[in-house]
Amino acid sequence: MNGIKAIIERLYKSMLKNVKIPVLMILVPLAVLTLMYLVFDVNNNTSIRLGVPDTTNTTFIEGMPDNVEVITYELAPVLETLLDADDLDAFVTIADKSLNITYKNEDPSKTPAVQRAVEKGVQAIENERLERVISALPEEAVLSEMEIETSYLYGHSESTFFEKMFPILTGLLIFFFALLFTSIMLFRERTAGTAERILSTSVRRSGIILGYLTGFGLFMTLQTAIIVLYSIYLLDMNVTGSLAFVFVINILLALSAAAAGIFVSMLANTEFQLMIIILLITVPQIFLSGLIPFVHIGDWFNGIGYGFPLRYAGEALTEVIIKGNGWPYIWNELLALMLFITGFTVLAILKMKKYRRT
Amino acid sequence: MTEIIASLREAEKKFFFKQVLTDINLTVNRGEIVGLIGPEESGKTTCLRCLIGMEDLTGGEAHVLNKKMPKLSVLNRIGYMSQETALYETLTAYENMVFFGKLKNLKGRNLKDEIDKKLRLVELQDAGHKAVSKFSNSMKRRLSLAITLLGEPPFIVLDEPTAGIDPKSRIWVWNQLRTFADAGTGIIVATQMMSEAEQCDTAALLMDGKIFAQGKPKKLMDEFNASTIEEVFINKEAVI
Repeated sequence: MNGIKAIIERLYKSMLKNVKIPVLMILVPLAVLTLMYLVFDVNNNTSIRLGVPDTTNTTFIEGMPDNVEVITYELAPVLETLLDADDLDAFVTIADKSLNITYKNEDPSKTPAVQRAVEKGVQAIENERLERVISALPEEAVLSEMEIETSYLYGHSESTFFEKMFPILTGLLIFFFALLFTSIMLFRERTAGTAERILSTSVRRSGIILGYLTGFGLFMTLQTAIIVLYSIYLLDMNVTGSLAFVFVINILLALSAAAAGIFVSMLANTEFQLMIIILLITVPQIFLSGLIPFVHIGDWFNGIGYGFPLRYAGEALTEVIIKGNGWPYIWNELLALMLFITGFTVLAILKMKKYRRT
Repeated sequence: MTEIIASLREAEKKFFFKQVLTDINLTVNRGEIVGLIGPEESGKTTCLRCLIGMEDLTGGEAHVLNKKMPKLSVLNRIGYMSQETALYETLTAYENMVFFGKLKNLKGRNLKDEIDKKLRLVELQDAGHKAVSKFSNSMKRRLSLAITLLGEPPFIVLDEPTAGIDPKSRIWVWNQLRTFADAGTGIIVATQMMSEAEQCDTAALLMDGKIFAQGKPKKLMDEFNASTIEEVFINKEAVI
């Protein structure tokens, strides 16, 4: 087991000599997470520009939510040119019994928000009419106003889509970078011939693989810790459950990626092939790990997700971060991750026979 | 008295349906330099890898230091140098030697002494703490050789040790090999430079995975009626 220690020492000496790569391995995931945070968290309240004739009922205009900017026009304009020229999202004209909306609909995802805003305006008008009727009635005929009280099982009223994505997204980034890092580092050892030189000593194949797995694993632990702490303290993420579970799940996920990386580095003959294999493992997980809501995915296709480690990590992370659950809810996912680690390690040890028979 | 260090007996190697080696018989004695000489793709590297048990034979037997190969424990008593220089470029020469020395089970004081001794031997004692990426080709080769020699292996296997280095270093390498052989080491060298065959005690001429001639270089030249080993190959190819 002398060899394992020597391999770990050598790995860290090399990383310290070429410190740019490990530093980037940590900074790039942080940059991606921050970007995702900015896109999905802040942009939640899309601002809407709405055009109306100046004869419009002021109740309608006052009933608009805060994110709507209302612009009034004196004359009935030519809609086609106006919507584009003044960058409006919709133009509304209200007659006695009907309401006319023309959406720009350039970005269809914005249209439902406009629709909701207009509905609020209409409701404001209706409320006003209703109040006039009610005030004419004798007091005992009026029902007391209903109050709505809201409570949430998970999260709070300000929960954003990013909060649902976050656990799986950190997992995806940790997995991808761990896979990329280990497979390229080992592929380079193969092309440089150092792998063969290691194999020409009496160190066991299992010792070599375990040495690399432990070495990479230690680095991944550091990387995972930085990513998780950054998300909590700088991106304001709310972890309902125990932080220790979050670390354990992510580290197991990183180890499964490292083991997969070691195995995969032996399958490719060129760096290009290696890139394709890495993408082949990573891209399906983006769709099948829960990052994109499953309602959009067919059942049989959804099932394939269980062939990838990120699915288990994603489910366990959701249990801990969003639902605040612990051990009884995540032990089977952790077990699955450990099986992935063992499986890839064994495959790597067997595959190495190609380079040395004993 | 001659002592057999390594041997291949009726060795045969197939990769799927491709016959790479056919009926190879080869012996390396103590204190002897054996040259495995042949053009590219003739099977030299496969032959060496089979001999030290990195590769399985599909027929015949390989023995090293009286043990049937492949055998893991024997590997640390073989100094194997592959075609690539196989060094960590960002590390210093010394750090490279520490790593591979530890893999060969050298420790502490012993490891340090071995490294100093081998660096002096390959005349790199002043470059020990320089990063390998700053080395010239022949310096890298010499360092690679120094690593191969760590732990005084009784059997040295070199795959194209003189590829890509200048003539002066090439002569230096062969002089060193002769010194090791005189000290009792068994050496096998694969090369495609026919002129180097004349430096060996025994030359095995390999073509298409078969040894077509084997013996003292002088004798081979007489046999094929040639003045250099190059001519032996040219004459042989003309016959085919």
